[in-house]
Order: sequence, then structure tokens, then C-alpha cells
Amino acid sequence: MSEVKKTKYLNPYVGGVLLGLVLLAANFVSGRGLGASGAVKSAVVTTVSSVMPSHVENSAFYTEYKESHPGNPMKSWLVFEMIGVLIGGFLSGAFAKRLKFKVEHSPKITSKRRIMFAVLGGILFGFGSQLGRGCTSGSALSGMAVLSVGGFLTMAFIFGTAFALAYFFRKNWI
Amino acid sequence: MGPLIVNEIISPNTNLLIAMLIGIGFGFVLESSGFSSSRKLAGMFYGYDTTVLKVFFTAAITAMIGMLFFSLFGWIDLSYVYVNPTYLTSAMVGGAVMGAGFIIGGFCPGTAFCALSIGKLDALAFIGGLVLGIIFFTEGYPMWEDLYKANFMGTPTMNELLDIPRGIFALGLILAAFAMFWVGEWAEKKFPREEY
Repeated sequence: MSEVKKTKYLNPYVGGVLLGLVLLAANFVSGRGLGASGAVKSAVVTTVSSVMPSHVENSAFYTEYKESHPGNPMKSWLVFEMIGVLIGGFLSGAFAKRLKFKVEHSPKITSKRRIMFAVLGGILFGFGSQLGRGCTSGSALSGMAVLSVGGFLTMAFIFGTAFALAYFFRKNWI
Repeated sequence: MGPLIVNEIISPNTNLLIAMLIGIGFGFVLESSGFSSSRKLAGMFYGYDTTVLKVFFTAAITAMIGMLFFSLFGWIDLSYVYVNPTYLTSAMVGGAVMGAGFIIGGFCPGTAFCALSIGKLDALAFIGGLVLGIIFFTEGYPMWEDLYKANFMGTPTMNELLDIPRGIFALGLILAAFAMFWVGEWAEKKFPREEY
């Protein structure tokens, strides 16, 4: 007799319904979906603006950004939402006793290799999220919920490309 | 009635407070579902753990159905809800670049913050990468501005594109999601692996 496989995580369908309700609440209250990469962009814009103000005045990107985003970039919906994500994730981890500093990686690779790949993946994701006007949360998930054509396209290309390239990076994960 | 902020039922500052509460719910659900583990997330692409597929599509259809019913009951005016604009080229190229980032880095931005909140240092490295990638985009903006703005289509929705009622498209998506869940359950049995 094999033991019933136990999971330490929430049932994925229950998790999905709860996440859907969070997304529905965002749309009902604020008329918008969830997001993540936009908050990082706000932090980048704020830092660059205060460190190199003259550079910002001469940059095509910043000129357009300031026109479409008046006011303080850190006083934005996404920045507050992401502060919440850090709190919510921490609380869940604390309840489930998962709080621990560690580098998670396959036993086949070293921590150093994992970190290098994480930075590289982050660079690609950061760049792609700007080009695609949002990441998995802002463009794919939130876009799908409002049936946006762009949201569906971005979702298909994120998952499609990751599947297509999975074979080449299998050693990092399994 | 809804969206509350558009109809000025709540103030902009209250909206920011609610953004934080919504974020707490977002982060809590992501972490509880196991999205703080990069190996669990990556499992999606090898078939041994399809949690991402199940959570992601269940969330999308739940929110979609919720909005349809809220609209039916007159609780929300969907014309005031933000619909992501469609720029054909950048949606595809950006998505492909993000997909590569996903399989190489093991996170997406939201899950990286969630993983950082419980102490994952690989997530911190990923977020460092995000900052670099965004700076790379903003500094080189004139080089990809044309690509970024190419083939703008406005804000079409899937049902408009297919010229069918919103509810019919929603039903189709629900059926497609159920088919994918079935494939996901099958894949997990075929490629079993200890949970990370």
C-alpha cells in the first residue's frame, strides 16, 4: 500500500478560485487588474530621476513616461499592491513555517550557477515585460480576465516559449 | 456601482490602501499555492507539477465569470474597467522574451517578490535582473520604440475579434480550461516527482 501523497500547499483549484476573487476585487474596486513589473519600473524611474535628473530630461523614454504618468511614480497602485504582496507572502510563509534564507536549486547544479541563471532570467523578463506592457500578472492574467486580445497573445507566447526552451534548461530544474 | 474608484465612491488614497490589501491577498494566495518555489514553477514545463496551469487558469476564469455576473446584476460597468491595449508585435515578441526569462530564471516578477518574502535568495537575484532588464529597455528605448508601437489595434477583446457574444467566449474558455486541467492531471501521473 502506498501512502496517500500529501501536499504542503493549498489545493491548486482552491488557490486559483481565491486568486480569481482577488483579481475580481481589484477590477471591482479599482477598475484594473493585478500587476508586478510596473512596480519595479516605478522604482527604477524614481531612482534614475533623483540620481540623474539631467539624463531624464534628455531621454525619449522618460519624456513619454512623465507625460503618461503624472505625479510621484512611487505613489502608484502597483507599488502599494507589491508592498502588500511582500506582506501577504511573508504571512503565508510564516503560518506554513517556510521562512528561511536559501538558494533553491536542483542538486545537479551549484548555488552560484542558480544565481547566475536567475539574474539572466530576470534581465530577460524585465526587458520583455516592458516590451509586452506587463508581465504574467499584469498582461497575461489580468488581460485574460477582461478578454483582452493582447493578454491572450502575451500569455500564449510566455508559456509557448518556455515550453519550447524547457528541454535546453532541464538540468537546472529536474 | 463598480468600479468604485471610477465612480468616485472611494477616494484615491483609499484606493491605494485597498491596493495594499489586494496585494496582501495576492501574495498570500501565491505563497500558499507554492509559487514561492522556482522548482515547483518550472515543473509546469516538464509536466511533473502543473500547479501553475491550474492556479492560473482557474483564477482567470473565476475573475472572468465574476465580472460577467457583476455586469449582469448591474454591479459593475465593464466599459470603465481597464482593458489592456493590443500592440500585436510587442505582445508576441515581449511574451517570447518573457517566456525565455521564465524557463531560465524560474520566476515571473510577481512570484519572485512572493518568494523573496519568505527568504529565497535566488528570487532576490531575479529581481536584481528585472531592474537591469528594465534599465536596459528604458536606456535603449529609441532602438525598440518602433517595435514597441508597431501594429496597434486599440483595445479589442477576444469575443469582439471572433464576433461572438461575451458569454459564449467565456463558456468556450471554461471548457478549454477544463480540458487543460485534465491534461495537467494526466501529465502529473505520467511524470511523477517528489514535490519541491
